[in-house]
Amino acid sequence: MKREIPIVITLVAGLFMLIAFFVPHPQVRNLYEDMQNWAIVVVGCTYVLGVANLLRINLRQVSRRERDWPFKLVLIAGLLVTMAVGFSEWTHYTDVDSRFQWIYGTFYSPMTATMFSLLAFFIASAAFRAFRIRSVEAMLLAIAAFILMLGRVPLGAAIHPAIPAAADWLMEIPQNAAKRGILIGAALGVMATGIRVILGLEKTYGGGDGA
Amino acid sequence: MSFHPSHDIGVWIAALLTLGIFSFLYKDNPVYKFCEHLFVGVSAGYYVVLTMMSSVYPNLIHPLFTSFASDRHYLLIIPLVLGIMLFSRFFPRGDWLSRWPIAFVLGVYPALRITGFGQGDFVEQIHGTILPLWVPGHLGTTIGNLLLVVGLLCTLIFFFFSKEHKGAMGGTARLGIYFLMVSFGASYGYTVMARVSLLIGRVMFLLDDWLGALRF
Repeated sequence: MKREIPIVITLVAGLFMLIAFFVPHPQVRNLYEDMQNWAIVVVGCTYVLGVANLLRINLRQVSRRERDWPFKLVLIAGLLVTMAVGFSEWTHYTDVDSRFQWIYGTFYSPMTATMFSLLAFFIASAAFRAFRIRSVEAMLLAIAAFILMLGRVPLGAAIHPAIPAAADWLMEIPQNAAKRGILIGAALGVMATGIRVILGLEKTYGGGDGA
Repeated sequence: MSFHPSHDIGVWIAALLTLGIFSFLYKDNPVYKFCEHLFVGVSAGYYVVLTMMSSVYPNLIHPLFTSFASDRHYLLIIPLVLGIMLFSRFFPRGDWLSRWPIAFVLGVYPALRITGFGQGDFVEQIHGTILPLWVPGHLGTTIGNLLLVVGLLCTLIFFFFSKEHKGAMGGTARLGIYFLMVSFGASYGYTVMARVSLLIGRVMFLLDDWLGALRF
């Protein structure tokens, strides 16, 4: 029972959503849109579940004085203060001069940008390894990356006007061809996996082995 | 060069956090750990507020508590119950109940993805590649279209593993690899440019917004 009911729920919900997509009947469309909204709400609740879990784990680590526990306190404080400020402003949380937006501009935005900019340093060392030309494939990779980087900065156009044009051509033709191949393959993969999930052939979410 | 440091407390906090994260370039240290944990906490708090206020509140709480009887809003009891059932995960004896809402989401979203990817990626990408292979008077377009079609076919053949990549199939798959390598190189170049742009942005923030060193 505990394992069968979720499989039935997935099957019924999935088949209905698949069939309803092709049925223009108003009542079917209403239920189709309702179920989309319900799924959005449930996914929203999973965020709360995730935060509750994050709090539970970190509070346990603090209470047991585990390694780096003072930093866990910082995490908890950051989480609770951000949530308290956000919820206290209710529907005004997106106002430009709200305290929630101040937290966004002062903490979240600079830290996100800095975290990602750190990758510039690591990507430089990765480039050193990737650009050691040992095969035709590595040469193509290096040339494409070099042309694109040079074509996207003013220096490229200063050296020769053909460089930015070559970067554009690279993006439009060979890059586009491979990207479309990947997208078509990924779409087929998503569709096949989706059907497996709906039919209950893929059920690792139920805690099983997925067989 | 003269300095005109900012008088805004927010700019000072952002600058010190930026420097704290950059300190990781030396080695992992307590200042970085402080910033890292604060980042996780603030991010989680930010997204939970954003999700609650942009999806749960308008789609569930507001219609349920302001107009329960009208417009079939009473049906919202279903997602409310499903949402509450998620939290049964915290109670060992009833944690199996949390599988029901997950099962519901896993029924709805794959179905939406099947039709969405089918329309948006599968059909549209093929549609976009059905191009004229001979454009009179436009040699560049002709070559471009030919390369695009051949590149796509070769890439698809590379991903076709039901037949061994030997002979003509192997040669075509190899050509597909070359197209993929050019694509990966271009993506890599784009990623590098994006990261360097972010780095320049942070350095500009420190020098201009915080220290005022770029004001003449």
